[in-house]
Amino acid sequence: MANKISDETIEYVGILAKLELSGQEKEDAKADMEKMLDYIDTLNELDTEGIEPMSHVFPVHNVFREDVVVNGDGSEDTLANAPLKKDQSFKVPKTIG
Amino acid sequence: MDITSLTAVELGKKIKAKEISVMDAVKASIAQIEKVEKDVHSFVTVDKEGALKRAEEVQKQIDDGILTGPLAGVPVAIKDNMCTKGMLTTCSSKILENFRPTFTSEAVLNLEKAGAVIIGKTNMDEFAMGSTTETSYYGATKNPWNLEHVPGGSSGGSCAAVAAEECPYALGSDTGGSIRQPSSFCGVVGIKPTYGTVSRYGLVAYGSSLDQIGPIAKDVTDCATILETIASYDTKDSTSIARETYNFTSALKNDVKGMKIGIPRSYFGDGLDAEVREPILNAVKVLEEKGAIVEEFDLNLVKYAIPAYYVIASAEASSNLARFDGVKYGYRTETYEGLHNMYKKTRSEGFGPEVKRRIMLGSFVLSSGYYDAYYLKALRTKALIKQEFDRAFEKYDVIIAPAAPTTAPEIGKSLSDPIQMYLGDIYTISVNLAGLPGITIPVGKDTKGLPVGMQIIGNCFEENKIIRAAYTFEQTKTYERPEIAKEAR
Repeated sequence: MANKISDETIEYVGILAKLELSGQEKEDAKADMEKMLDYIDTLNELDTEGIEPMSHVFPVHNVFREDVVVNGDGSEDTLANAPLKKDQSFKVPKTIG
Repeated sequence: MDITSLTAVELGKKIKAKEISVMDAVKASIAQIEKVEKDVHSFVTVDKEGALKRAEEVQKQIDDGILTGPLAGVPVAIKDNMCTKGMLTTCSSKILENFRPTFTSEAVLNLEKAGAVIIGKTNMDEFAMGSTTETSYYGATKNPWNLEHVPGGSSGGSCAAVAAEECPYALGSDTGGSIRQPSSFCGVVGIKPTYGTVSRYGLVAYGSSLDQIGPIAKDVTDCATILETIASYDTKDSTSIARETYNFTSALKNDVKGMKIGIPRSYFGDGLDAEVREPILNAVKVLEEKGAIVEEFDLNLVKYAIPAYYVIASAEASSNLARFDGVKYGYRTETYEGLHNMYKKTRSEGFGPEVKRRIMLGSFVLSSGYYDAYYLKALRTKALIKQEFDRAFEKYDVIIAPAAPTTAPEIGKSLSDPIQMYLGDIYTISVNLAGLPGITIPVGKDTKGLPVGMQIIGNCFEENKIIRAAYTFEQTKTYERPEIAKEAR
């Protein structure tokens, strides 16, 4: 089955992925994704009825610990790589009108 | 004496015996880097000053009897996706071009505690997404055996650096074969440990459920020694596993008597280059002559591993790479209008084409309406693949496979057709899906003189079996060095 990715879908995926694609990039991405999905569709040959999705190879369970503070004030480290900062905060463009 | 020709453990012994100083060891690596780096380009960052300073400190601690381990004073190169405090960590991406972490990853910290001297950070495919090291923003790495060919990837810089003897050993990371395949292409030894063995704390995540850090070196003894040093139970990594033992060097035994080796027929059929098949089957014969019991068997579902992997890895990548948004670290676009425009422009300018391709695919398979059909389907396939391996390991101690269908391709020949490139991962990818350990060791060369590696796969937590098999074969063969490593300085 040949997958067809519409302009709307690629636009929507671009929003989810937070990527701004040029006209040519969008066309390339459509073609790429169609090819990949055709290939991924081979998985449909497999009967996976009743098989639990395996997100981890080993049984993992929550790791609990006592809620004890072990680190100090890390604000300087946290901000050390910020492209822009102001008053001990990350500086970002205005988000509320 | 030619210091750079030594293995890490040999060099460590000579440092301990005061035959070689840490400073001489570090200077030898730097001299080799200065000589070959313009051709090979293994590194994104070489920290000459830092390494020389550290050499003095480590020497003092050795002299004072504080550092006594086998790797004390030995230089190491670290793949550029592991955080190193104060040292650039770019993931070979523009988006992290100026990122200097404020902490060090646990695996690297374990090495530092053992007296390692970090010489620099190695080149890789951008965010470890690729099989050739050509997708690096900082330019491709070349194969030390033939500069017209790729070193493989994504840990291509680490493997090339070891092969070209720019450092005695390196750390890599393996999400779908990124240690084992470039080790094969560069004629070195690399281990991908059981998932959860080495802490991922400070490893910039690509596919979190698949990523593992591992050693790359010139022989099996080095790799076992390094793995023993970097492996640890770490509460900072929620998927870290407290293993019963972290002793891997005890497996360095020249003995495979009675060891049951499974050869998956599907791994040696169509699609495998005869020049790769032959040296591997010869190596298997050597192990058989040494007492191993070899049997062919059918490993099913092989062709489903790649599509399942690309769904899972891309899904995890799209989520993991959401953190690169121009706010907390790394690159931010110059001009923008509002927050969302800033995010989008930053990411679009900061990521390369392969990274964008996988983020797009990952976002799609996780999106509402497609999640069940793609993502959950892939996770169900993963469960079935794991069952196949479980069945195989009921009968066999280890499985032997190629690490790649061919030897290293020429530069510029792989990236045009992504699916074709992904197919090259066929022998390595299932191992990550099933969380298994695997080792690649050199077994020969093709007619072009490019190395061929053999992959030995073990059951979960059975590194010691693959180490023993690899070590036993290694005793029958001398390590081969590329010309670029041998040329007199």
